[in-house]
Amino acid sequence: MGIETIINLSLLTLLALSAIVLMRLQNLLAVVLLSGIYSLLSAGLFVSLDAVDVAFTEAAVGAGLTTILLLGAIAIIGKEQTVSRHGKLLPLVVIAITASALIYGTLDMPIFGDPTAPIHAYVAPRYLFQSGEEIGIPNVVTSVLASYRGYDTLGEVAVVFTAAIGVLLLLGKPNK
Amino acid sequence: MSKKISLILRQTCNLIIPAVLLYALYVQFHGDYGPGGGFQAGVIFAAAVILYTLVHGREKAQRIFPASIIRIFVALGLLLYAAVGVITMVMGGNFLDYSVLLHAPQHAQHLGIFVIELGVGVTVAAVMIIIFYALDEYSD
Amino acid sequence: MLADYYNYWVVIILMMIGFYIVISDANLIKKIIGLTIFQTSVFILFISMGKVDGGTAPILVDTLTVYSNPLPHVLILTAIVVGVATTALGLAIIARIHRAYGSVDENVIHAQDEKQEKA
Repeated sequence: MGIETIINLSLLTLLALSAIVLMRLQNLLAVVLLSGIYSLLSAGLFVSLDAVDVAFTEAAVGAGLTTILLLGAIAIIGKEQTVSRHGKLLPLVVIAITASALIYGTLDMPIFGDPTAPIHAYVAPRYLFQSGEEIGIPNVVTSVLASYRGYDTLGEVAVVFTAAIGVLLLLGKPNK
Repeated sequence: MSKKISLILRQTCNLIIPAVLLYALYVQFHGDYGPGGGFQAGVIFAAAVILYTLVHGREKAQRIFPASIIRIFVALGLLLYAAVGVITMVMGGNFLDYSVLLHAPQHAQHLGIFVIELGVGVTVAAVMIIIFYALDEYSD
Repeated sequence: MLADYYNYWVVIILMMIGFYIVISDANLIKKIIGLTIFQTSVFILFISMGKVDGGTAPILVDTLTVYSNPLPHVLILTAIVVGVATTALGLAIIARIHRAYGSVDENVIHAQDEKQEKA
């Protein structure tokens, strides 16, 4: 087992542990701060899975901004909130069924890190081996994001824009 | 959130904030060569402004980044992005096909990516700042 | 066997924990956090599928030839930013609910609604 595998496995285990603690915690402030740690752990995992751009975004957005926004929301509603639960049995049955169906599904998937998996067969080689000539910038993620899939990114920016409009409509005051 | 906070905390943040803003610009314009790009840069820029707001209070922050101007930037970034698409169409290419912008296709791609990443960065930064302002105002 | 599928199984565990929080917890803020856990698990699933053994980050260098698949990275990169925007929208709705009901607990809100219907 290489060092990369060990890092990968231990980060995944830590993620699962922090999620289990998150599930059991009742104090809202602690839940929010732990969810920031959870995001930072997943950013670390993304680095070990070669997704540096994603890790960068997750660290800035998940660990930074989301935590700040959640803290802002807690400042509005006050942290002395009762945390009650619905029944435990029905949700447990539902997730047990869903989980077993999903685990059955993973057995059909290509094993982790397999270079012959179908996902690597079609557009990925073109992006990796021709973007250097076609676009001329080293970061393939940026070429795909901004050029090959520019239309897609335009849509994503429009979604972010729409979310801002929604928040302003819900919370904003009329312009002075 | 306008309570006076300790001098040390305030001065440390004053030291950090310019560095964070500069780093946001680095991430924005270096996204072609290393990890980074408009999305990350926008979020980092917004984080600096949010830190300033947390430390110095909303009133002082809004003197530098007024909400009315940030609101305009929310739309401006998206419009910049879409405008690049329209310009490429006018110049005879497909929507967002940057190759027609300049004579050499590679230079044109560089230019197109640079401008649309700028648009993404502006919109994301403005959206995050405006959302934080809205939550902050609502909590009073 | 374990290392081959470990990523996928941890993803499923995280996904189910997020799902469990969403359906079993009555506090709306905690539901939002459950949703972000669910979301992160989907991100990890996509990024795991893009990983190639012995590959490196998809930034082109002359000395390397094996890179991980950049396509999932692009999809997830934008999804993260859209995710925070939608989380903010959810929080805004929760803030309005809190103003209308004085609580963010689903059970309390339901009880108030039922009382209003009877009156």
